[in-house]
Amino acid sequence: MNLVTNNKWIGQRTIRPDGMDKVTGRAQFAADTTMPGMIWGKVLRSPHPHARIRSINTAKAEALPGVKAVVTSKDIVDFPIEKGAVMLGIQDMRWMCRNVMARDKALFPGHPVAAVAATTEAIAAEACKLIEVDYEVLPWSIEIDDALKPDAAILHEFNKFDGKPSNIAGRLEHKKGDIAEGFKKADVIIERTFTTRPVHQGYIEPHACLISVAPDGKTTIWSSSQGQFMVRAMTSMLTGIPQSDIRAIPAEIGGGFGGKTIVYLEPLATLLAKKSGRPVKMVMTREEVMRATGPTSGSKSTVKIGATKDGKITAAHGTFYLQAGAFPGSPIRGAAGCSFTPYDIPNLLSEGFDVCSNRSKVAAYRAPGAPIGAYAVECVLDEVAERLKMDPLDFRLKNAAREGTKAAHGPVFPRIGYVETVEAAKASPHYAAPLGDGQGKLRGRGVASGFWFNAGGESSAQVNITEDGNVVVTTGHPDIGGSRAGIANICAELLGIDYRRVSVIIGDTQTVGFSNLTGGSRVLFASSMVVTQSTEKIIQTLRERAAKIWEIDPEAVKWEDGAAHPVSPNAGQFEPLTLQQLAEKAPAMGGPIGAGVQLNTQGADGGFGTHVCDVEIDVDLGIARVIRYTAVQDVGRAIHPGYVEGQLQGGVAQGIGWALNEEYIYTKEGKVDNPGFLDYRMPVCSDLPMLDCIMVEIPNPKHPQGVKGVGEVPLVPVMAAVANAIYNALGKRFYALPMSPPKVLEVLEAPTQQAAE
Amino acid sequence: MAKVHVTTTINGEPMEFLCEPSDTMLDALRGTLNLTGSKEGCASGDCGACSITLDDRLVCSCLMLAVESEGHEIRTIEGMAQGDKLHPLQQKFLEMAALQCGICTSGMLVASDALLKKNPDPSEEEVRFWLAGNLCRCTGYDKIVRAVMETAAEMRAQ
Repeated sequence: MNLVTNNKWIGQRTIRPDGMDKVTGRAQFAADTTMPGMIWGKVLRSPHPHARIRSINTAKAEALPGVKAVVTSKDIVDFPIEKGAVMLGIQDMRWMCRNVMARDKALFPGHPVAAVAATTEAIAAEACKLIEVDYEVLPWSIEIDDALKPDAAILHEFNKFDGKPSNIAGRLEHKKGDIAEGFKKADVIIERTFTTRPVHQGYIEPHACLISVAPDGKTTIWSSSQGQFMVRAMTSMLTGIPQSDIRAIPAEIGGGFGGKTIVYLEPLATLLAKKSGRPVKMVMTREEVMRATGPTSGSKSTVKIGATKDGKITAAHGTFYLQAGAFPGSPIRGAAGCSFTPYDIPNLLSEGFDVCSNRSKVAAYRAPGAPIGAYAVECVLDEVAERLKMDPLDFRLKNAAREGTKAAHGPVFPRIGYVETVEAAKASPHYAAPLGDGQGKLRGRGVASGFWFNAGGESSAQVNITEDGNVVVTTGHPDIGGSRAGIANICAELLGIDYRRVSVIIGDTQTVGFSNLTGGSRVLFASSMVVTQSTEKIIQTLRERAAKIWEIDPEAVKWEDGAAHPVSPNAGQFEPLTLQQLAEKAPAMGGPIGAGVQLNTQGADGGFGTHVCDVEIDVDLGIARVIRYTAVQDVGRAIHPGYVEGQLQGGVAQGIGWALNEEYIYTKEGKVDNPGFLDYRMPVCSDLPMLDCIMVEIPNPKHPQGVKGVGEVPLVPVMAAVANAIYNALGKRFYALPMSPPKVLEVLEAPTQQAAE
Repeated sequence: MAKVHVTTTINGEPMEFLCEPSDTMLDALRGTLNLTGSKEGCASGDCGACSITLDDRLVCSCLMLAVESEGHEIRTIEGMAQGDKLHPLQQKFLEMAALQCGICTSGMLVASDALLKKNPDPSEEEVRFWLAGNLCRCTGYDKIVRAVMETAAEMRAQ
């Protein structure tokens, strides 16, 4: 392993390349973009949770002065269900074409049924009201239990489970050993059932795009997404415009967390632009975001764990039912595949069921599925540890996965850092500190661990040396949380120059090679690999150029501190040639200096974290507050510690929201009742304490800088850590999220019973 | 509907613009005036991404009508740096990584500036309650609170 040590820039808290634009308001997000001749698009959405669309009449809308185009599902490329899956990444285009615009049936309130482009936003909205849709309202179900009833309305008749039409769209299992045998050996067995509610990714920037389609079909898209190449491909597939005619330009993205890994507006705006001959801008309202994008699944999980008296887990069984929303595709792989992974469990069965119901189609949300599974597993582990009278961290250490452990989802672990996270949590000042006096409020402490797969995949980079000897790096992944800062650190380190001489650009689809989504905790892992290889090629070129000038062998030239040097006095006595000097000589010495690399990157190691949480509960009001939090994570290598901590802190804050307040609430008509930030209660600044981070660095041996993905793990253990802390404070356990004040009061007022028992 | 003529001051400069009577100040800033630093996250005053000051009072520009700026003084994120010199809060946000995606950053900075003008020595709790109207989904607020406190300390020392 060629790990860079004694770094100048790797590991430093440098100022991010895009920072200045963002603190001055100059940064261009999708909704900030305008174009000459631009008009506005709006979407008409179904008011019903489930309805057959008998007909749509758009004549009145089209006749309204100012209206330039109307589109319905007839304008969108159909991927017929009976012809089988058409996959793009993990998305099936059969669902995608129906999710962007309802075809035969509207499947959730908010499901688009038509779109209009007009000279103003107000006229477009007015025109939507003039579209006549003849609906045949159908029975519907929102909750998992309702969707699974024998007489439940079936969303997709073609979908069969156990030979019958069903709302169960899929099942997967991970299996190891024999659980019946394993449970026989156990002295303690605990089985519990948990539910969670759907929660939204909650990015502050609503979805937005501006799209121009020239008469020759050349299409330019400015949009907010986690992948401009995904936008290009999906828009191409849904509109029939070839990918080579679509230039997708990534705007700055105002948060995504997985929720911007699919398209909602782009195909509609493209078709409206094509029909009208005018550039079309579309921006969702917050209500549209809440009704028709994301969220992640609600769930119902049953977890059974057995252990011997001395604290060894002998068997575990997890059953995870996850809501997919209107179309198949809930993250059962994350729930069933991640939740038991921190542990070496000889006998294991972990099953996931994908359940459709009349909610908006779920989208990825930070370690999709894994936090849901971890909530159930880590709460049961807490109960087992308590029953065994073991410290919960000692119990985890005793059963921890290590190098050589075979994970349920397949791999045999290489050197991993899970044990180190538990040990660091145990040794932390937080874990050692007394809980202190709550002055009438009850205090408790909880711990939990979590795992996420992490990912590699396709990435492209181009590194060019400017004529004045500076560096421009172009990669193809939108920067959500500071990846440009990490890339600048790495490139500067390798070249031995000041990081401020490296400019990092996110290329559009027509200027940089294919790069997959920003998601899965993969971007810095993948992009730094291709940036490293590109930079190494440049260094090779620079050595060759210096060798030519000095008339010595290239092998006799080394690159150090931003300049070519002879490897030793034997090679000759020459003054160093700096990057700037070599760049200036480039026209006469072989031409421009640049290199690009495209790879399907491999070797992303999974990530582990262990969290410690203190809560304080106001027993009169039922309000649980997190008063201290420490997130420990094996981050591989912190290339920019500030932004790694930021990932940890951000994930924890989202998890605290999920644990304590956030949920989709529905009316009895099957419509989301809290589609705004006031009622969908995300944590605000005064809800949270400072969030402490301990970064354990066990470098990934398969990465040039030792990088492991860090963005998803921090959300995985949080709900369980908070739940375990609340149990510790109250002596009563919650089996349902969120643990919001009315529910806490309910439990407090049921003195002898455990919640949900 | 006839448009309304509005005469106001924005970031110290006299401005005139036309707007619909129903336009919000945020509509006018982002649309007519092309000052897109203020962001729309909710249009209901819950996220603070569109924070501006009206005569030094912190407001959500999505909750204020554009016509209400007549004769008043508006300040937006675009007026925070003096030429190429950043405001100490902007500098500190950069140095301390107090932004991730950056969509809430304009509003956070405007709100933090308004706080420090009112209270140059806020406690952590005061910072947290003052910024409770500005949602951030990326950072967990930790680095933002630290950056505001540290800026306040440095500004007091000067």
